[in-house]
Amino acid sequence: MTCTIFVPRDSTALALGADDVATAIEAEARRRGIDLRIVRNGSRGMFWLEPLVEVATPAGRTAYGPVDASDVAGLFDAGFFDGGAHPLSLGLTDALPYLQKQERITFARVGITDPVSLDDYLAHDGYAGLRRALSMAPGAIVQEVIDSGLRGRGGAAFPTGVKWKTVLGAQAVQKYIVCNADEGDSGTFSDRMVMEDDPFMLIEGMTIAGLAVGATRGYIYVRSEYPHAIAALNEAIANATAAGYLGIDVLGSGKAFHLDVRKGAGSYVCGEETALLESLEGKRGIVRAKPPLPALSGLFGQPTVINNVISLASVPLILQKGAAYYRDLGQGRSRGTLPFQLAGNLKYGGLVEKAFGVTLRELLVDFGGGSASGRPLRAVQVGGPLGAYLPPSRFDTPLDYEAFAAIGAAVGHGGIVAFDDTVDMAKQARYAMEFCAAESCGKCTPCRIGSTRGVEVMDKIIANQDRPQQIHLLRDLCDLMLAGSLCAMGGMTPYPVLSALDNFPEDFGGSDAAPDQKAA
Amino acid sequence: MQTPYTDSARDPATVAAILEAHRGTPGAMLPILHAIQDSLGHIPADAVPLIADFLNVSRAEVHGVITYYDHFRQQPAARHVVRLCRAEACQARGADALAGHVRQTLGCDFHGTSADGKVTLEPVYCLGHCAVGPNIAIDDKPYARVSTARFDALLAACGGER
Repeated sequence: MTCTIFVPRDSTALALGADDVATAIEAEARRRGIDLRIVRNGSRGMFWLEPLVEVATPAGRTAYGPVDASDVAGLFDAGFFDGGAHPLSLGLTDALPYLQKQERITFARVGITDPVSLDDYLAHDGYAGLRRALSMAPGAIVQEVIDSGLRGRGGAAFPTGVKWKTVLGAQAVQKYIVCNADEGDSGTFSDRMVMEDDPFMLIEGMTIAGLAVGATRGYIYVRSEYPHAIAALNEAIANATAAGYLGIDVLGSGKAFHLDVRKGAGSYVCGEETALLESLEGKRGIVRAKPPLPALSGLFGQPTVINNVISLASVPLILQKGAAYYRDLGQGRSRGTLPFQLAGNLKYGGLVEKAFGVTLRELLVDFGGGSASGRPLRAVQVGGPLGAYLPPSRFDTPLDYEAFAAIGAAVGHGGIVAFDDTVDMAKQARYAMEFCAAESCGKCTPCRIGSTRGVEVMDKIIANQDRPQQIHLLRDLCDLMLAGSLCAMGGMTPYPVLSALDNFPEDFGGSDAAPDQKAA
Repeated sequence: MQTPYTDSARDPATVAAILEAHRGTPGAMLPILHAIQDSLGHIPADAVPLIADFLNVSRAEVHGVITYYDHFRQQPAARHVVRLCRAEACQARGADALAGHVRQTLGCDFHGTSADGKVTLEPVYCLGHCAVGPNIAIDDKPYARVSTARFDALLAACGGER
């Protein structure tokens, strides 16, 4: 009997040596004359256990990890290919608490299937959503997405279905579906995982979007820092096209949908939707003023749906199981699930898909296991480089768009970066300004000049020069950037800066930093 | 200082072939620049007028695009490119200390080339392995949990072909 062994091909697993492990397993099996089939699956998202090797047994998949190439001979000695006991064995993968406590609905297949195998995708409910969508009128597909309560997962949280409705109603010869896969925020990797570990889900979601609004062409704009995602998408698109799921006649419906991957070039601001469209058109990634909305005048001036990877990847499930299934998860106006990304100084960092309403503490402690360094957690930044720094007193806030807005923070893309008590928050505030200065597209003055002045002011604060006056100046500057910037780059950079100042005044010279302290 | 790994005699033919392959591609500027850089290692100055002519835009526009995006180079990089993540999640796991060590070891700052001319050091803002930093990439191959000792070993390992 052939044994099946799973060794992830996700790039984080590769960064931890998964290719070496796969090669070692293959060589050892040959040496011992054991018949093995190695499947390169995606990652389960438990990155502290990567490379996580799984073995198919009659009881289910059994996990071993983290496996180093030097462990392989010992694993063979222990008969791991039959699920044998070994110090690295973790038991049945599905029984691991980290996975058991999640609501993995969008990420249901991730880590289980071979990402580029269409057969595998079909065997795990793949393309069920598209098949249903093909039987529906465009307006009905859009209504299903509206009813699901899905909001844009890129950070702005605009209702996805409402955006689609605008595009559906627009009259044009050519409409476009654009996927914003410019996942540049530090502490986020859920888009990358979808693209590398379940690319057909994104392809299916975009195809459904095309049917819903009458668009026949789609582009996935992927950042150049993600070469493995680009390769997996291109392979999956070729496989889907060969099988008739993409092309001039999608599944014999008479409807066309063509999909191309476009590679970014290292500009953070291209994650802003209008800058991304400029970049796709072949220009510098400079933010456009809105209106006109991209839904009416987007790519090449045509009506365009532009959505984040997770937004589009959530659509196949909504179509397959119906709007109510998705809407019944979550709380308030935050419906469904969000794949949270536990990053930075955490013991058990990884991907946790949960319904909205889970608290930061549950994510950081119950899932994350506290800091990796063993020191107390002091600050967490939620929602990427433009997100607020929160102190432990805020850890009981539920993850919910409105609850976070109420404390001056943003859920954003669901990335959570934890810092221990060695962090210097004045330095982090300076970094936020420095990052904005480096990445600003330069179109609007508050962002372009404000960020440079912000770095200078932070340097003076750190050097203890005229602190009360400089802090007053910093608040003034942040106020200007918040109110006067054209997009979130300049408009949200004050979030990390002001939250660091307000929540950690001791790092800015204590009482000098108090909000009521005014310069003479 | 640096050894260009391109044969400039074949550059115009390569650029011409790349341009031809993109005839009809909507918004072809970035795909063209990527293809040229992937083949030649950088975007040679001589390619700019050819691209401008092909896309019917000004040379200034092409130059503007090349210089706007950090990914595009106007000069060849060294044989190996080390990219080190400087963003928050890696900072929280000791990336600043690693950056100090790397700069000292290579004898250059970010955007520079090592004293021996064999390694170019670039900053990168997130490689997407944020749970297991500090992260680097050497010639597009990712490495996670990079300690100073691990960096030295990785550098030595690419030394064979340096």
